[in-house]
Amino acid sequence: MSILVNGETRLLVQGITGREGEFHSTAMLEYGTSIVAGVTPGKGGRSALDGRVPVFDTVAEAVEQTGANATCIFVPAAFAPDAMLEAAEADVPLVICITEGVPALDMLRVYHVLRAKGVRLIGPNCPGLTSVDEAKVGIIPGNIHLRGSVGLVSRSGTLTYEVVQAMTDAGVGQSTCVGIGGDPIVGTSFTDVLDMFNQDPETEAIVMIGEIGGDEEEKAAAFCAREVRKPMAAFIAGRTAPPGRRMGHAGAIISGGEGTAESKRSALEAAGIRVADSPSHIPRLLRDAGVA
Amino acid sequence: MKLQEYRSKEILARHGVAIGPGITATSPEEARAAAERIGGPVVVKAQVLVGGRGKAGGVKLAGTPDEAQERAREIIGLDIKGVTVKTVLVAPAADIAKEYYLALILDRATRTVTVIASAEGGVEIEETAKTDSGAILRMPLHPLIGLQEHQVRRVAFFLGIPAELRKDFGTLMRGLSDAFFATDADLAEINPLVVTKEDALLALDAKIVLDDSALPRHPDLEAMRDLNEEEPSEIAAREAGISFIKLDGSIGCMVNGAGLAMTTMDLVKLAGGEPANFLDIGGGAKADRVAAAFKIILDDRNVKAILINIFGGITRGDEVARGIVEARSLLTRDVPMVVRIVGTNAEEAKPILAEANLITADSLDDAAAKAVEASRAGAAA
Repeated sequence: MSILVNGETRLLVQGITGREGEFHSTAMLEYGTSIVAGVTPGKGGRSALDGRVPVFDTVAEAVEQTGANATCIFVPAAFAPDAMLEAAEADVPLVICITEGVPALDMLRVYHVLRAKGVRLIGPNCPGLTSVDEAKVGIIPGNIHLRGSVGLVSRSGTLTYEVVQAMTDAGVGQSTCVGIGGDPIVGTSFTDVLDMFNQDPETEAIVMIGEIGGDEEEKAAAFCAREVRKPMAAFIAGRTAPPGRRMGHAGAIISGGEGTAESKRSALEAAGIRVADSPSHIPRLLRDAGVA
Repeated sequence: MKLQEYRSKEILARHGVAIGPGITATSPEEARAAAERIGGPVVVKAQVLVGGRGKAGGVKLAGTPDEAQERAREIIGLDIKGVTVKTVLVAPAADIAKEYYLALILDRATRTVTVIASAEGGVEIEETAKTDSGAILRMPLHPLIGLQEHQVRRVAFFLGIPAELRKDFGTLMRGLSDAFFATDADLAEINPLVVTKEDALLALDAKIVLDDSALPRHPDLEAMRDLNEEEPSEIAAREAGISFIKLDGSIGCMVNGAGLAMTTMDLVKLAGGEPANFLDIGGGAKADRVAAAFKIILDDRNVKAILINIFGGITRGDEVARGIVEARSLLTRDVPMVVRIVGTNAEEAKPILAEANLITADSLDDAAAKAVEASRAGAAA
């Protein structure tokens, strides 16, 4: 088992004929993800990925013809809010937006519209997610995973790969790995994903990778203290980040003395969660917490 | 991106916020002329983005044009937290009866644009929050319909705006909200908002911080960027499409991905060194991008070693290695380099790096330790 995506996922890719969309869709297909449709306005009726995937003009049409139940968005930032709204309008229950650089006020509106419709949004500015050996949606390299029972949730991209690789090298397998995105406004929070992992019978332990900015790690720590009894380990990036500066990710900023790595680390430790000094220590912390 | 006070006020005025007259000057003579035009006592204010300019002597009163010229002479060229003052704003010295704080922020915790108001104006809101959080009103706006009239009234009553000024306050607050949304701001702040002894409502100081992600659709605002207050290396990096922040250490970092770049800095520190920068080279790590990154890092004379950490993933490690070797061959200044490449074709990358005399490392911890060691050897040499 796993969360969010699995063998039943019928994926639609918005922006499938773009350079990024085509490249990563090919990797998803190779991983075994079932891509049932692509959408590129104006290219409906053609096919993509060497004839393997039909392309439609609109999301509504793609859903009607193929029964797609999730979408992965690769369109440029200027068009991504509209792409997310189009997916919601067509009642796609799960939207994963990879695009970086979506303006925050656009995201605010999209967030509330999708929430009101009950659509689950992952991202934007995220690497996507992988349910190991079942389905990969987004840009996480497929070859770093090992099937297992540890769920992972992270705000980052390559840092997630770093931790997954360290776990795989140490023989600690993963159930699902979710990148929730590095923007200030994202569709799904740490707490949302922790709740899903907590309820997933196949996920026996959880790793959380946070970074400076905002208070979602602190909220997640409070949730874990209340609800989660599964073993956990964490890492927080940005101990050396200067205040008031955006560290690459739009959401990674210490402002007004809030959102520091120390604050997040102490909140997690107060909730009984061990926080690693280096990503390479995560497998050991998991073993110490009783993960086989 | 932060906007200077006079730019922020310009924008607010365009949306109907009363800001009073004000003239910018870049020389004492201009400041004198500005004071003459305004007439009466003026305040001369350094236009810098760093906080605490008042304490640093960057804000001064002047009774006459002569005095304004003198005060401007003191302020222009003044160093405030590493920034040399180039521009001052000359504005009438207001006779203040009461000060307030009023701002709109993008509040990520509630995922709304939120009004923050306090009758304790003129002090930083973070200070008020610490000493008397009850003195602060936080009021989220509806994400789809924005500021409502009943909300304007609520803020006016909370602040205790005098009855005869409530209409003006409504105009001002709607203007602040319009300016926030029109510019795609993260923050639009009036502090202090004052009632003068002549019973006028005035935005005495203002600050707008823009959402960098929205700047591409606001070329007029991008043009307001103050390059005087940015590190030259950060300007060069932005032009090369590289995310870069200069720090004070001796170990240059080149990494793909923001989270991994922060982690690399943290591990340099953990290994006993100090990072010289944050640098996210982005996807692909192509040779031209690597070359631009090398130049930006090495322009900092404090840098004694470079740590390159690339998680190949979808990018092929051997291609990245060739790009690094090629870019390095074009450098005029050289320092020891520790390279760690993980992911696809990482094994094939090793001989390429070894042949070029680059120090290699398998783990990030090992790479950080080797970079710290190399920086010490380099500094001793």
